[in-house]
Amino acid sequence: MAELTYRDAVARGIAQEMERDRNVVFLGEDIAKAGGVFKATVGLYDKFGPTRVRDTPISEQAILGAAMGAAMTGLRPIAEIMFADFAAVCFDYIANEFPKLRYMTNGQLGCPLVVRTGNGGGARFGAQHSQSIENWTMMIPGLKVVAPSSPIDVVGLLAAAVRDNDPVIFHEHKALYAIKGEVPDGEILDKLGTAKILRSGRDATILALGLMVHRAMEAAERLARDHGIDCEVIDVRSLVPLDTNTILNSISKTGRLFTVEENPRLCGWGAEIASIAVDEVFWDLDGPIVRITTPHIPLPAADHLEDLALPNADRIVERISRVMNGSRL
Amino acid sequence: MIIATTRMDKMAAKKTAGPLTLQNDDLDLETRMELFRLQVEIRVCEKKANDLFFQNLIKGTSHLSLGQEAIAAGVATAMRPGDKSFCTYRGHAHTLARGVPMEKVLGELMLRDNGLMRGKGGSMHLTSVEHGVMGSYAIIGAHLPIACGAAWRAQYLGDDDVSVCFFGDGTTNIGAFHEALNFAAIWKLPVVFICENNLYMEYTPIADVTAVEYPAADRASAYGLERIIVDGNDADAVFRVAQSAFDKARAGDGPSLIECLTYRHSGHSRADPAKYRPEGELEQWLERDPIKIYRDRLREFGVSDQQLEAIEAEAKRKVEAATEVCKASPPAPTELLTADVYANGGWEWRN
Ligand SMILES: Cc1ncc(C[n+]2csc(CCOP(=O)(O)OP(=O)(O)O)c2C)c(N)n1
Repeated sequence: MAELTYRDAVARGIAQEMERDRNVVFLGEDIAKAGGVFKATVGLYDKFGPTRVRDTPISEQAILGAAMGAAMTGLRPIAEIMFADFAAVCFDYIANEFPKLRYMTNGQLGCPLVVRTGNGGGARFGAQHSQSIENWTMMIPGLKVVAPSSPIDVVGLLAAAVRDNDPVIFHEHKALYAIKGEVPDGEILDKLGTAKILRSGRDATILALGLMVHRAMEAAERLARDHGIDCEVIDVRSLVPLDTNTILNSISKTGRLFTVEENPRLCGWGAEIASIAVDEVFWDLDGPIVRITTPHIPLPAADHLEDLALPNADRIVERISRVMNGSRL
Repeated sequence: MIIATTRMDKMAAKKTAGPLTLQNDDLDLETRMELFRLQVEIRVCEKKANDLFFQNLIKGTSHLSLGQEAIAAGVATAMRPGDKSFCTYRGHAHTLARGVPMEKVLGELMLRDNGLMRGKGGSMHLTSVEHGVMGSYAIIGAHLPIACGAAWRAQYLGDDDVSVCFFGDGTTNIGAFHEALNFAAIWKLPVVFICENNLYMEYTPIADVTAVEYPAADRASAYGLERIIVDGNDADAVFRVAQSAFDKARAGDGPSLIECLTYRHSGHSRADPAKYRPEGELEQWLERDPIKIYRDRLREFGVSDQQLEAIEAEAKRKVEAATEVCKASPPAPTELLTADVYANGGWEWRN
């Protein structure tokens, strides 16, 4: 068992899959010789060489288009889009090309590829390098959407994504690259579409993803200690497929639902889950469903402004304790 | 008008080089007959598609390549089984040219169960993996990078197939075109880009919106590629240039960009009467109808009118038979609605 950073876990996961399957190839900007802008792919070029780990020009459309062409003819490419914001530059592939290929061709072609991307804020990068875009990708039929919050999940979910026969958007959180966690030796393979209960509790369910998982966990500890509110914290991990069994069971048990989302408020994934909860477990709910989100704004660069925008443990504690004590919003 | 005239004059000038005979020519008669047969079949099938549209048996839209048949026929004849084609919404011709049966193509245009994708794709997404037709893409330029990816797979696995990507002149102004060419060039990919310059994007003359005279060829040098322009109404010329591009790709010498000069006889799509065309332009190009050119050439080579007429009659018979099969085919079953969204065959995104 080794302590690995989230960033090293990325390289470990890619290496594991490249060793296992010669059809796994990896491409992106600065990912090979330079080891990636976030240094998440260091060592892969040395290990697997220039035919399997390939630097590309700044051509996001070519990166995703080529990954798709290779995927539909037999390879299993992993493509990196450096910052998640840049997904907008090649959104045709994400929205129109990969996800519709199988359907439109009546199953003649599939698109087994992974797009890894540095998602999320907190690093003072400003409005075009900090967005949390998981909701952009969640709404498209045919895609799978994954966002790990810990090193071990990075390895296991990345392996599952590479082996999956559908296109997977894999959101790494750039503010988590430096965190550490225990990762067992040997092959690790997780399962897409499985949420993880990180803290079990009686009084309320908190759902979170990526960086927000860590903030929700901190908030849950404080809610228990300072307010006597015992929260169950669930790391959603995968938005598509969505583990509604785990989520709805938890809501039925606690009777309360809070979501902690980093994406701007409008059309965030929490709204979708809230809607499912209202449809399917309404009679088990004891109070309003409350979404804690970033406001509907582009993210500012200034430290104190960015900190004000992103949900943090203080605000999560404050919102949940007030609602649980019966105050109106 | 001016562009067309200039271009027609240039083509006419090129034609005055000494007469070809079967003896001094590199193409054998069998290949020639095949090129003729393909062009004729594509023509009759597309004309049929037009009729079926007016009978409301084909719905949605359709984009015909009437007048551009020499390109699909010339390129496809130079391809080998296993080579991959990437087409656009104007892809009936390229699909038929790879040997896909007419009834499967017409069935898809009629959105019937017997169609290539059982009606789930429609005319703009014709795909037949078994024939190497790796899809038709309706977003301009999207398939150029995708063709690069298929070529990358061939290079990586040591497969010797070539990927071919057809597109129009309008496509040369979208970013994906430039990204794909640079990408293909630096990775030396076995991919051949075929630009069919038919003078118009949808309704706007390409010259009005493009900084150079030959929208593809004039940009080739920006990617270290040769400037290749060919008479796209001459199937032999297209065949020859395509064949040398395939040889180059298979030898590991990288991509080619070929600009084929041509003209579409009909509007952009079914809904377009093509009123924007200057008077006389169409008539001038009808003089250079690729099928007419080819028929004349085969006659010069001693092929009898009878033989030519037999090929034309057979194509008509085939299209009529295919149409009857399609008319008798039911629509796609309703369970297809939710099939194949995900790889497990279904559409569930939650448990
Ligand atoms: C990205 C994108 N923009 C616009 C369109 C609408 N559109 C469909 S065909 C077309 C013209 C394309 O012209 P060209 O590339 O010359 O091909 P042609 O139709 O002449 O074969 C346009 C603008 C589209 N399908 N995709």
